[in-house]
Amino acid sequence: MLWLALHFPVLALDVFARGTRETGPLAIASSPGNNAAIFACNPPARRRGVRPGMPLAAACALASDLKVLARDAAQERAALERVAAWALQFTPAVSISPPAEVLLEIAGSLKLFDGLNRLCARLEQGIAELGYGTALACAPTPLAAQLFARAGLPARIQHPDALRPGLGQLPVDVLGLPRESNTLLANVGVRILDECLRLPRDGLARRLGPGLLDALDRAFGHVPDPRPNFIPPANFTAALALPAPVHEAQALLFAARRLLAELTGFLSATGNGVQRLALALSHEDRADTRFTLNLIAATRDLEHLVTVLRERLERLALPCAATAIALESELLLPLPLRTLSFLPDARGHAEAVTRLIERLRARLSEDAVKGLDTTADYRPENAWRTCEPGSGRSAQDTLPLTRPLWLLAAPRPLREISSMPHYQGPLALLAGPERIESGWWDGNDIARDYFIARNPAHALLWVYRERRGDGGWYLHGFFG
Amino acid sequence: MASALDLVLQNPAVWRGNGCAWVAEPSVPTGFPELDVVLPGGGWPAGALTEIYAERPGIGELQIVMPAMARLTQVAERWVTLVAPPYLPYAPALAAHGVNLSRLLLVQAPATDESLWACEQALRAGGCGAVLAWLTHIHERAVKRLQLAAEAGGTLALLFRSARVIPASPAALRLHVSKAESRTVVRVLKRRGGGLPAPVALDLHSILVGRIGMPRAPAPGKARALEALP
Repeated sequence: MLWLALHFPVLALDVFARGTRETGPLAIASSPGNNAAIFACNPPARRRGVRPGMPLAAACALASDLKVLARDAAQERAALERVAAWALQFTPAVSISPPAEVLLEIAGSLKLFDGLNRLCARLEQGIAELGYGTALACAPTPLAAQLFARAGLPARIQHPDALRPGLGQLPVDVLGLPRESNTLLANVGVRILDECLRLPRDGLARRLGPGLLDALDRAFGHVPDPRPNFIPPANFTAALALPAPVHEAQALLFAARRLLAELTGFLSATGNGVQRLALALSHEDRADTRFTLNLIAATRDLEHLVTVLRERLERLALPCAATAIALESELLLPLPLRTLSFLPDARGHAEAVTRLIERLRARLSEDAVKGLDTTADYRPENAWRTCEPGSGRSAQDTLPLTRPLWLLAAPRPLREISSMPHYQGPLALLAGPERIESGWWDGNDIARDYFIARNPAHALLWVYRERRGDGGWYLHGFFG
Repeated sequence: MASALDLVLQNPAVWRGNGCAWVAEPSVPTGFPELDVVLPGGGWPAGALTEIYAERPGIGELQIVMPAMARLTQVAERWVTLVAPPYLPYAPALAAHGVNLSRLLLVQAPATDESLWACEQALRAGGCGAVLAWLTHIHERAVKRLQLAAEAGGTLALLFRSARVIPASPAALRLHVSKAESRTVVRVLKRRGGGLPAPVALDLHSILVGRIGMPRAPAPGKARALEALP
């Protein structure tokens, strides 16, 4: 068994700060209200002199442009759960240890991910992409890994026998005991865990309760420490509150990218792809702006989702600045793995075109990109229709009729001079007539004689003479 | 003496002034042998921009690319994208020319720069075999960008422009299409490999009439009831 602990030292800050690129001073207050104390602050605030534990008024006096947000424990818990769902792509055994740790059991994943160092590097890079600051440590027992991560040591201990020297040197406060126990141990002169172990067990239990002994036993592996597995939710829902209202699409994309990274990790873990995403941008005094991204094929490619979202955000007109962004996956479909081929083949072309259509639709509009298809109808204007690209007919088994390559949307009436139609000059009728009388069943019946005509500039036109009513000449298409 | 001269002329290092240097580039055969001869590479150049200037719409500038479109969609199973066509491309006519409609994409964008962006995306995508665009009033810089995008994606790019004023352009191949009597005349304005060949006259009219098998009345006449369509 090899456990890897991810400790998030500034989770309260990261859940807000990861949505933006700017680095102004930001602090989290431990509770809403004017007499709260500062719980955490980011490096620019620290440079101004703000420290955790300081009263709010003193912090605001030190840094006048300090942005203060109330701590949101529910968001932190939701963030931990989403990180756990994201981490499921590396191992099936993930468990959450609130307030700020996620544990992964990676003994079975080392072979697939090419060794411990590479796996740790991938995890660090992935968490950085999600926007959290993290400390990573590996140990044979879960509590030992957590203690190393809390202390900030990048331990990579794989064998249980190597655990004792390293773990023994950790200070006592990584155990997270209540303050009275810490003071008592400090008064006695016990500073590191090794010294704790040398104290008599029954005396420790009598003075400090069974908690300390239980933690030490679990950390050193003398007592089993089962952790419940984290079960991912069926759907992905995530929200990110932005520290300052945002209007530009670029800044929104930065925040949305964090959520999309979590989504793709979740999809990798569950073996699905997303086909429909719903996004909602919250505003201060208005209803949310909602839109959906419809994809043609389910995908879990992060870069493609970011590209499609970027094009969609460019087209979006926000009524006012957005204060939070929420993402929900509406349609998840299982995405089977497939073998790749070395040379580009028809399936590769079809996938590239699918992504092209999604990008074009995201930027232009849903009906800007269409396919064409023929329908079985003699009336020329009904013999075609637009359809979803790729669903047109491929086999050609229709009669070899003569039809122009360009059709006018509405037939254009032609001037008739001495009973000859005129279009940029007198037309010479070359071939015809082709009589089309059809369509009595839906009320759009036509009775026309079609001719191929040539105008003095030698362009070939498709004209017809109306057999009912006025018997006028109309232009219907060009032979391109 | 003639044989010695022939030997010299057959040497590939000797370039004849009116000939086209052999350009090794992938190309799609046009379907018209007399046109293939004057084009470098023996067809429409894939991975490069071709400009077609038509004197008037409807004189055959789209028909000359139809055999290549049919070949691309049926045989090579690549996609063809039409961007901002001036009129409706008529699906039964496209199908009659042999184009596989399930590999056709029609893009209508509200503005010219959106159409340009769509062209560039389609050219770079790599899944499209050809992109046909009807863009009027575009800048030389935009044409250069399309040329670079075509090279990046290896796609055949065809740009249809009106021939009222022919500007300078960085396209790899430029053709001028006009009509002389009933024959469509294709004149090469610029091509890779140098040299300007004589204009090529294509008889698209007879191909069209021959396909439908209808008698061709040479003299303009009134609308009489001629033989009906079989």
